[in-house]
Amino acid sequence: MRPFDYVEMRVPAKSQYVGVARLTISGLASRIGFSYDDIEDLKIASSEAVTNAVQHAYSDDEDGEVVIGCALYGDKIEIMVADHGQSFDFEETKAKVGPYHDQAEGEFLREGGLGLYLIETLMDEVKVHHQEGVTVFMTKYVGGEQVEEDVETISS
Amino acid sequence: MNIQVDLQESDKVLKGHIRGEIDAHTAPVLREKLEPYQNVESLDAELDLSDVDYMDSTGLGVFVAFYKSVNSQGGHLKLSGLSARLKRLFDITGLGDIMDIESAGKGGN
Repeated sequence: MRPFDYVEMRVPAKSQYVGVARLTISGLASRIGFSYDDIEDLKIASSEAVTNAVQHAYSDDEDGEVVIGCALYGDKIEIMVADHGQSFDFEETKAKVGPYHDQAEGEFLREGGLGLYLIETLMDEVKVHHQEGVTVFMTKYVGGEQVEEDVETISS
Repeated sequence: MNIQVDLQESDKVLKGHIRGEIDAHTAPVLREKLEPYQNVESLDAELDLSDVDYMDSTGLGVFVAFYKSVNSQGGHLKLSGLSARLKRLFDITGLGDIMDIESAGKGGN
C-alpha cells in the first residue's frame, strides 16, 4: 500500500478552471492540517503553476488539458502540475523531475515570470521537468520545511 | 470566483473599489476596466483592495502595469486597505518598496 492518498484532477486549459483547482487543493490541504497561512500560500503557488500550465497547454492546442496530481501524506502535500493532458504515474514522473536550474529553465522563468518566483518562495521544494511539455513538482510540509531524518525519528 | 470593479473619476481623481478574487481569469477584467485611465495626465488614483479575498501574480502584473503608466503620465497610484496576506504578496516580490501601498486599519487621516 502506498504511503499517501492520491487525488488527480484533469481540467480544460482555460483560465476559469484555475480557481477550481485552487479551491480543491485548499480543501485537500486543510484535511492534512495545514495552517490558514500555509493554505493561502498553497493556493497562490498552485494557482501560479496551473496558470502557467493553462497558458502553455492552450498555446499548443485549444482543446488542451491540464493535469494536477496531489499526493497527501501525514506531514506534507506534493503537487504535480503538467501542461500536457496525460495522466501521469505519480512516482515515475516524480523520479524524473530534476532540480530547478536558473540557467536551463531560463525560458520558463521568463514566461512564468513573477509566478515561478512566488512558487519557489511559498513552497518548500520545487522541481521542474521538461519533457512532453512542462511539469512542475512542488512540496509543502505541515509546519514548515523538515529534514527527512527528523520525520522518521518523530514517526518511529 | 468573481471580481467586481467600481471606478469613479472626476477631475483627474480616480477612486476605485475592487472586490472578489484576482487571478488568471479575472485579471483581464480588471486590466480592461483600468485601461481608459492609464493615459490620463497627472491622475491621482486610489484603489481600495480591502475586499479582495485572493490575489496572485496575475493581479500584481495588472497593478504594476497600471502603476507604470500612471507614473509615466506624472500621476500617482495608491493601493489601500491591503490585508496582511496581500501586503505580504507585495513585500515578498519587492513591489512593496516601489509602490505606494497601505495596509488595512492604518489609513484614515
